[in-house]
Amino acid sequence: MQRDEDRERFEQSLLPHLDAAYNLARWLTRDDHDAEDLVQAAYLRALKFFGGYHMGDNRAWLLTIVRNACYTWLARQRARGTTTAFDEDVHGVESDAVGPEKRLLREEQTRSVRRAVEELPVELREVVVLREMEGLSYKEIAAVAEIPLGTVMSRLARARERLRQRLGDCADWES
Amino acid sequence: MNCRETQALIHGYADGELDLVTSLEVERHLQECPECAQALASLQAVRAAVKNCGLYAQAPPDLAKRVRSAMRAASRGDRTRSVRIGPWLAVAASLALLAAAVWGLARGLLTARSDDAVLARELVASHVRSQMLPSHRFDVASSDPHTVKPWFEGKLDFAPPVKDLADQGFPLIGGRLDYLQNRPVAALVYQRRKHSINLFIWPSTPDDGAAPAKVTRQGFHMIRWTSAGMTFWAVSDLNERELREFTRLVQN
Repeated sequence: MQRDEDRERFEQSLLPHLDAAYNLARWLTRDDHDAEDLVQAAYLRALKFFGGYHMGDNRAWLLTIVRNACYTWLARQRARGTTTAFDEDVHGVESDAVGPEKRLLREEQTRSVRRAVEELPVELREVVVLREMEGLSYKEIAAVAEIPLGTVMSRLARARERLRQRLGDCADWES
Repeated sequence: MNCRETQALIHGYADGELDLVTSLEVERHLQECPECAQALASLQAVRAAVKNCGLYAQAPPDLAKRVRSAMRAASRGDRTRSVRIGPWLAVAASLALLAAAVWGLARGLLTARSDDAVLARELVASHVRSQMLPSHRFDVASSDPHTVKPWFEGKLDFAPPVKDLADQGFPLIGGRLDYLQNRPVAALVYQRRKHSINLFIWPSTPDDGAAPAKVTRQGFHMIRWTSAGMTFWAVSDLNERELREFTRLVQN
């Protein structure tokens, strides 16, 4: 049973992490629409268990639920044989916009990086998203992804090595 | 510290995850070894590229609203399920409902009977439940009516009509068994842009109203009609106009 005040407390502590939840779901599923559905489902699931938990880190807890929902989704997609191929037509290069040369170069770089991250295997993609985009510590990542600390570091190392190979020398990309 | 040890720790170093002593040792090696320093530089460049390219996917503006209203609907659904009322209280509640109904009729505002109100609550709860977990959405995921319809065989004592309306913009995405009004019913799931439509179907009984009805509750629109001895309820958070269009297409 949920009382209104429970739900309000829940909304106040967990809705601020909506972007984090959506960003993770979007990057794990690579699908805008399903990411929204999964985030909504994760919030409802979190609401259900909210009363029974002593909340330490709300964001990590929510991200764990989002991640599990995404993995269930991925397993179902795989069973249906719909995620094996990465659709370049949908996610690939868009037509170039007219603009200063520098901006074109920048857009080109952004597209390459986006694709490189999207093409990482999901277990490497998630550590990159949690570390570089969400800024989580190794310990937090270990909790969300339910893996040992050492695995966090080795997966990050593998992910970055793949990105480096994929992107070539991007030493001049910093800005 | 040698190169091999440094390489093993370099990510931890870049992420600020090493203790101070180890961190200083790595630093000392990096000052002496151009190769390892180069490895660190290229790893930092990759990190910067991922961070600075604006890859963060911000939640769409209406998602917070959607999540909030789904949570409200869910917690309300929970409460109605958990309330137990004694028979006398039930009689009193019915009388109150009846009084309210008469008053509503008098004002010409009543669109649904009190039975329908109970059913409407069940329909919303079922629709919301189906959205809560992707695994509750359907038992059979298919856009092919010839897959979905036979799936119900042997599970229900009636054969629900199943149509795909993909060409009209309402693709069928699956079906499931559901339980409403103390009986198993067929639920077909259709999609319209980002909205799901649940279409509940069961053989009509004298208790089911025969006239078309429309109920709106907690932001969900519900439309009922009967056809060939079956009662249909379409439930969705889709706008009413498009839900009406959907019901017209199902009936044709």
